[in-house]
Amino acid sequence: MCKIYLDYQSASPVDPRVAEFAERYLSNDFGNPSALHSRGLAAKAAQEEARAKVAELINAESPESIVFTAGVTEANNLTIRGVVQRNAAKGKKLLASQIEHISVLNPMKDLKKGGFDLTLVPVDSMGIIDLAALEGLLSKETVLTSVMYANSEIGTIQPIKEVSDLVHEKGQFLHVDGAAAAGKIPIDVQKDGIDLLTLSSNDLYGPQGAGALYVRPGVRIQPVLFGGGQEKGQRPGTENLYALAGFGEAARLAKLEKAEESQRLQAIRDGLIKEILKIEESYLTGHPTKRLPHHASFRFSRIEGESILLTMDAMFNIQVSTGSACSSRTLEASHVLLAIGLKHEQAHGSMIMTIGRQNNPDQITAIVNATKKTVERLRALSPL
Amino acid sequence: MAQIGYSKKVMEHFMNPKNVGVIENPDGYGQVGNPVCGDLMEIFITVKEDKIDDIKFRTFGCGSAIAVSSMVTEMAKGKTLDEAMLITRKDVADELGGLPPQKMHCSNLGADALHAAIKNYWVKIGKIKPEEVKEASHEGEEGESCGT
Repeated sequence: MCKIYLDYQSASPVDPRVAEFAERYLSNDFGNPSALHSRGLAAKAAQEEARAKVAELINAESPESIVFTAGVTEANNLTIRGVVQRNAAKGKKLLASQIEHISVLNPMKDLKKGGFDLTLVPVDSMGIIDLAALEGLLSKETVLTSVMYANSEIGTIQPIKEVSDLVHEKGQFLHVDGAAAAGKIPIDVQKDGIDLLTLSSNDLYGPQGAGALYVRPGVRIQPVLFGGGQEKGQRPGTENLYALAGFGEAARLAKLEKAEESQRLQAIRDGLIKEILKIEESYLTGHPTKRLPHHASFRFSRIEGESILLTMDAMFNIQVSTGSACSSRTLEASHVLLAIGLKHEQAHGSMIMTIGRQNNPDQITAIVNATKKTVERLRALSPL
Repeated sequence: MAQIGYSKKVMEHFMNPKNVGVIENPDGYGQVGNPVCGDLMEIFITVKEDKIDDIKFRTFGCGSAIAVSSMVTEMAKGKTLDEAMLITRKDVADELGGLPPQKMHCSNLGADALHAAIKNYWVKIGKIKPEEVKEASHEGEEGESCGT
């Protein structure tokens, strides 16, 4: 039985072209970009090439707007702490949508302990941010508003331009977590009016261990780490040259290929959604059309998501994800599923499929049949 | 090395659970857990000469909840009721080769469901008073605290 991997949002394979491109920085072309000898200069050139490629993917004003980090959690922490603390004199209020990633919500909650005022902006039952509520909550005191481009659990894409217009009319800086969306849908920081954007390398089929932060020219942030002054002091530490070079190449390929690839993935996604929703008491979570092209998420009544994940894996060799509390470290229900109005017992029945490069339309039937059998099996065991 | 994921035994019982189903007109019936918390277990027993003659379960829950239910029914089958009352949550977890620490409480309700079924039978035959059963189901609720 072939393995069918449907958890690209958790981890993606490195594109073989990226691996081939970046491999030399592990061995022959290693070097510290801060060193002044020829090896160092070559490393610096590779790093700056990567920076330019990442800048181009999101149409940043210049490569200098990109700060590299060791991943998106770090980029989110640096963005939020960096901009809020640097601009604390301008206001003490923070806003975030209810369905932000925990690497956005947790640094904000930590700032709240330090005297900042945090309010979460509600979303509707499809996960779209309530723009009227956002408008009502914004004030000149609102130093930072954080709204993700798209959500990794329910796939919903936010109206970022409208959010940006409101934030810039009534508040101050807008941070957008672009990790789930980049490479899947177009992101243009200038057209979208984004002040700060965070990105992940692996979501673009680049190596893990690299992320980036876009900072609009003129926006000031302060570092959270202190050290040797790399990345203009904004993120010190010797660079992970292999991962950064790979990130850059992955961004270049994403820019070239994402339109066509997203169309291909969307056709598979639509097939999965159409067929899986034929299962009795199955429901789509998130928005039916304003959703990431590779994202299909569901809930099934009377069964539990960890059992779905384990059955799909052990019985059918298909790897999916779930937002069920039972599969999380904290055993807490997904804040995203609760925010879109699901009850705890409904949130338990979540299954998330994120498709990618290695999937094709021929797999749809096998995936749908496996899902049907899994749901039947678990419902036969269930007293509900 | 720390255990990664579920033990082989847990996966065996999860994938091929024993004693699944319903017994019509059981001698004893126990239900513990709450769908809000993600786990609900029910156990049906028939009793012959003070021993568990037949036992069946149905469970809504995660992998360990289903494995625990299957295992506890296997452990209880053929035991006297007094012996079955001595089966603890820890016994079930041990028999499964251990459970991940965060699963020890929330999904390890098999012994509670078994005890509830036995007490339900004892009430029917007049061995104990209904008040004592209430206490038993309360035990279950305590164990399932899911922070909601």
